[in-house]
Amino acid sequence: MSADVELDHVTIRFGEFTAVSDANLRIEEGEFFSFLGPSGCGKTTILRSVSGFLDPTEGEVRIGGKNMWGIGPNKRPTALIFQNLALFPLMSVADNIAFGLEVRGVSKFERRKRADQLLNLIALSDQGDKLVSALSGGQRQRVAIARALAVEPEVLLLDEPLSALDLKLRQHMRSELRAIQQRVGITFVYITHDQGEALTMSDRVAVMSAGIVQQIGDGATIYNSPKTAFVASFVGENNPFHGRVSQADGEFAVIDSQFGPLRGRNDQGLAAGDNAILFVRPEALSLINGKAKDENVIESVVVSEEFEGHFVRIYLKGEGAKNIGLSVTNDGSVPRPEAGQTARVGFDATRAMALPVGEMADE
Amino acid sequence: MSEFIGIFLAVLLAILIAPHAQEHADRIWAAVKRINFVQRNGVFISTYLIVAVVAWTVFMIILPQLYMVDFSFRFNLLPAEIGGPKDTYTLEQYSYLLFGRAGDEDAMNWLHLRVFGRTILVSVLVTLFDFAICYPIAYYMAQVAKGGQARLLFLCLILPFWVNEILRAFAFKILFGTGGVANVVLIWLGMLDEPFDFLKADVGLYAGLSYAYLLLMIFPLFNAVESLDHNQVEAARDLGAPWWRIHFRVVMPHAKPGIASGCTMVFMLCAGALAAPQILGGPSSLWFTQIIYQWFNTGGNWPRGSAYAFVLLLICIVFVMAVMRIFKVRFGEIAK
Repeated sequence: MSADVELDHVTIRFGEFTAVSDANLRIEEGEFFSFLGPSGCGKTTILRSVSGFLDPTEGEVRIGGKNMWGIGPNKRPTALIFQNLALFPLMSVADNIAFGLEVRGVSKFERRKRADQLLNLIALSDQGDKLVSALSGGQRQRVAIARALAVEPEVLLLDEPLSALDLKLRQHMRSELRAIQQRVGITFVYITHDQGEALTMSDRVAVMSAGIVQQIGDGATIYNSPKTAFVASFVGENNPFHGRVSQADGEFAVIDSQFGPLRGRNDQGLAAGDNAILFVRPEALSLINGKAKDENVIESVVVSEEFEGHFVRIYLKGEGAKNIGLSVTNDGSVPRPEAGQTARVGFDATRAMALPVGEMADE
Repeated sequence: MSEFIGIFLAVLLAILIAPHAQEHADRIWAAVKRINFVQRNGVFISTYLIVAVVAWTVFMIILPQLYMVDFSFRFNLLPAEIGGPKDTYTLEQYSYLLFGRAGDEDAMNWLHLRVFGRTILVSVLVTLFDFAICYPIAYYMAQVAKGGQARLLFLCLILPFWVNEILRAFAFKILFGTGGVANVVLIWLGMLDEPFDFLKADVGLYAGLSYAYLLLMIFPLFNAVESLDHNQVEAARDLGAPWWRIHFRVVMPHAKPGIASGCTMVFMLCAGALAAPQILGGPSSLWFTQIIYQWFNTGGNWPRGSAYAFVLLLICIVFVMAVMRIFKVRFGEIAK
């Protein structure tokens, strides 16, 4: 069984501090939904309000259409996987997994049977009698998932469960989590500050900053069509060009930047005279050699180069102390400029995004 | 006689070892310096540590206790008879606790045995009562209270213990006396018609004992519960556990060493208490320590006093060990 989760104008305050302000979203049944944001953005607070450890100051949290206000975490159809897993160190692996069933008064025999099934699911059969401390990090991770799945929740909540693992294991667990989600078919709500995790695993992502849900969409939408300066600067790398809008129509806007007029998409309906930032991704920039180009040309001094193998990263002097980064495929087609030389780079207006000035993610 | 053998052995040892040590002084010195403990702490500090610890254990703990053990196996003799033909080892002091005087009408010394049993039983009850009171407080301080709140609670718990034991015991005597606060309040509430003698019913004694060792229960509990990751409590709750099951399955198993440590201390000290029973005990009730005290003091029978004291100590140790075994607590865990 799976259920949808609705946040209806949810605001959560701790005294004077507003941790979440007016969150409005609907997570569909069986969806893998991620909250992505830097630490302190309110994503864990949202998770705790869904799991029942706190209730919203205003608004409603609904699971399967039912208002959850005042219903404790032990009475909700959710299961939470903690950041540090919080497995019970004094119980065996099987007892850990069966704890939720023990609480529900399931017989010992039945419990063991169910635990063995779940151990099979997480590829840890025959390890049920070990203590948790005898398992490796990745195995513990899987036990935590099995323990949560044992109570057959309608919604599984995951609070950065991969952050303690090393890189290799983390990447492996990503595909494993995704596979488990597809197998059990229940709603997963995933909290992370790692955009790689959010973009690869999720059906949809909500990007959060300072308690506000900035944008909700699938990975490609978030990356290609950010709605706010924060999303543009937080997800992936981006080169910002500040300036005033000199011309705008429904599709494109021209921004008078330090490097001259630059044109990009105008999805947010900027009007002439607005202060704006034009974001251009490193892979959208390309070197121009001799060929004349009539717009979106930036001329600047090469600061440094980083050779990364299949591509080369070139940094030009940008606004203030910032550099403009671009990545050039290492196919030998374009002669690379050297540090100290002046280079000309250009981009297609459809691959740049003009957005209103707003909060930017910390570098 | 024994003194002579001691001195003889010491001299013999010195004669045998001294020339040897002198000859190889350099090598011995080098060997000492190579010992890990000495290397880590330096010669001066390691010497101090060893001497201090050895002196403490030998002179303050082992020797006096051995003296008492020796006492407990002797007859209570007049000073003139000591060292004479009557001064032999005997089990008479121990058998007195069990069987009393040979000519008594009862086969067993029921009076003392009953007091002994009551002391152990009441100590167990006081320990359980203290645990029941302290566990919620310790849990609250360790897992629920915020920084400032916990500190305030700590102060509230510690400050009353600055008042000395005797004063506290007498205060309890007033509190539970026929004209005391307890009676006044209960009569005012209409729960009693006439003053009830709490002291005669030993309520005062139980309350006094429970209060006296409260802190020794709270602190080990607090330490043990505090080291529990709060996520474990939340995880259990999230998996559907009601509060009591969280405590029985997650918090208490984790806090088991602290529980064992607190219970052992309260039980041992309670069974060995003297001031509270002396002051708060009802007229017809005796605490086993009071009997011991009587043998030493008014009875002037040190051998019998030591024998009684050792029986109390031994039974308490055996009892504690047995309980620890039942609850599968290892001895080393208590010191955690």
